Amino acid sequence: MDVALFVPCYVDQLYPQVGLATAALLERYGATVHFPEAQTCCGQPMANSGFFDDARGLARKMIEVFAPYEHVVCPSGSCTSMVRNHYPDLLPDDPGLVALRGKTFELCEFLHDVLRVRPQGRFGHKVGLHQSCHALRELRLGSGSERLVAPFSKIRALFEGIEGLELSRLDRTDECCGFGGTFALAEEAVSCAMGRDRIADHERAGSEMITGADVSCLMHLEGLIRREGKKLRVLHVAELLEEATR
Amino acid sequence: MTGHAGRAAAFVGNGARLHWHDQAVWFVRNKRDVARGFIPEWEELRSLGSQIKAHTLSRLPEYLEQFERNAAAAGAKVHWARDAEEHNRIVHGLLRERRVTRLVKSKSMLTEECHLNEYLEAHGVEVVDTDLGERIVQFRREPPSHIVMPAIHLKKEEIGELFHERLGTPAGLSDPRELTEAARVHLREKFLEAQAGLTGVNFAIASTGGVVVCTNEGNADLGTSLPPLHIACMGVEKLVPSPRELAVFLRLLARSATGQPITTYTSHFHGPRPGAQMHIVIVDHGRSRILGRPEFRNALKCIRCAACLNTCPVYRRSGGHSYGVAVAGPIGSVLAPHVDAKKHAGLPFASSLCGSCSDVCPVRIDLHHQLFAWRGELARRGLLSWHKRLVSRVAAWVLARTWAYRIAGKLLRVFGPHVPNPWTRQRDLPPMPRQSFRAQWRKRVRAR
Repeated sequence: MDVALFVPCYVDQLYPQVGLATAALLERYGATVHFPEAQTCCGQPMANSGFFDDARGLARKMIEVFAPYEHVVCPSGSCTSMVRNHYPDLLPDDPGLVALRGKTFELCEFLHDVLRVRPQGRFGHKVGLHQSCHALRELRLGSGSERLVAPFSKIRALFEGIEGLELSRLDRTDECCGFGGTFALAEEAVSCAMGRDRIADHERAGSEMITGADVSCLMHLEGLIRREGKKLRVLHVAELLEEATR
Repeated sequence: MTGHAGRAAAFVGNGARLHWHDQAVWFVRNKRDVARGFIPEWEELRSLGSQIKAHTLSRLPEYLEQFERNAAAAGAKVHWARDAEEHNRIVHGLLRERRVTRLVKSKSMLTEECHLNEYLEAHGVEVVDTDLGERIVQFRREPPSHIVMPAIHLKKEEIGELFHERLGTPAGLSDPRELTEAARVHLREKFLEAQAGLTGVNFAIASTGGVVVCTNEGNADLGTSLPPLHIACMGVEKLVPSPRELAVFLRLLARSATGQPITTYTSHFHGPRPGAQMHIVIVDHGRSRILGRPEFRNALKCIRCAACLNTCPVYRRSGGHSYGVAVAGPIGSVLAPHVDAKKHAGLPFASSLCGSCSDVCPVRIDLHHQLFAWRGELARRGLLSWHKRLVSRVAAWVLARTWAYRIAGKLLRVFGPHVPNPWTRQRDLPPMPRQSFRAQWRKRVRAR
């Protein structure tokens, strides 16, 4: 199966190890991985700030770049949701968009729903799962605490075959970390207060590390953790699974 | 820093209080989770509520006229107000005609929105809010900080001090029961002295012409049972077609608001009591404008339960007053710009767009998508700052060109840690990798 990697700009530049882990993981489960080098950014930062006109050109570029591929996989729930849920507002009449939306997947949902793998391996740590909001509430990777539906979590399902991996029990299972894109800067005070509260919850629950499907949330949490000299580690789900199934 | 972000920063500055406020409000979100857990069909009920509201809004003029006819048949008089000003004038006119100088009020977010109290006081009418929380904030001469719990931002000790000053309770008294008792005694006098009672309206029933008011304190009933004049104020969106549909909302409202199966009092008013008069003031104040904007129309489904405030991680950590409008939180941030987009341009940005609000909403308002849409609307109208516009434009130019993006990325990795920026005031940057993913990928491909 051919898979084109959609690597978010900040992952490309600041967290290359997450891109590499994503590729390695997909290859381990039999995919042939491509990285179309013309890609840059999905345009979410501009759209998130209100500048839809600026984001529109980038959305067109995304459609063009990924046109030749069968599947597009991204290690970010938020960037995937941008394509799936917000591009239609930007490009309501673009014929190429239907195809792109239909074939773009967040990594965990691709592993869970398309490749249908249940990773087997070992990871001897107590891990706190950070449910990034867009993966949870826009892509529905899990049931979420607000809705009264049968509980499920695609990420937890991917962890089920990993021996030794213990998930910590948080007081607030899916509260936002406060990153929120440009919110992290525009509302710095609230953003950081939210992040500190998440970290405190993980510390109380005894998490050794925090994992999640979005590096952006993890970058925000890691920034606070490092500044305050705390012991917690953060790592993306791709890194965790890649290491566990090695 | 001004606007929401500035006020929120001040709120966050008091760490202990911040934590207390967050926990107090989160407690109510938890109670809501427990209460809805007893209703297996909860999600269907939400859909039904949303659909009934969509239907009602789609033929609002007919339902409003039907309501007016039936209310008149029951003996009430209906008045129409285009905006807050006209609403205030009508209410004052009704009071003036009857030489009313003492009015008791039960909770009404609409009158907060219209700043009725200030208007009436300026015209010599004593207004007493009879909801305990409302009375507390009224004593402090500040607006409510929450739709359902107006004084949630205050601790019992502060209320003790306030009551000591205003009601003469013993200094240092902070027992909630004793404080409530003192308020009861005080309010009882006000009820007895009142010449008119004003209530809000939770639901107005088109087929019967009746209005329904939900309270936990019974203050709407007391305020309307004694004086000879009852004025009920409502926004045009409060309509439901018939009592059948009302039942759906009564099941949703209290569970979403406070985690109660139903409010202690659900009072139905169909016309005045014998010997009294009932007037209903129906207000537009920007609502028909919202109705005319398809992407924002759903906001009119709101039943003011405040579940979106209770779940909002930003509301809990910035307090209701940080929004600078009568209705705070996510719903307030999508409604306020319709009234004055320039003044409230910061509110759609007072959200991390986490989407929790949309998932708790009992009538499925797509709140976080509306916040997102508002950001676009504000940019389109040129109401965002020029420097934000410039940053976005430059970033889009760079990102549209792969070569420029690569250079910018390299510059970020080399110089980023040395340039002061708002990210690093409270957070570290990650260690900068020497090579980007794409550079490492290229090497890997070549090595094959």
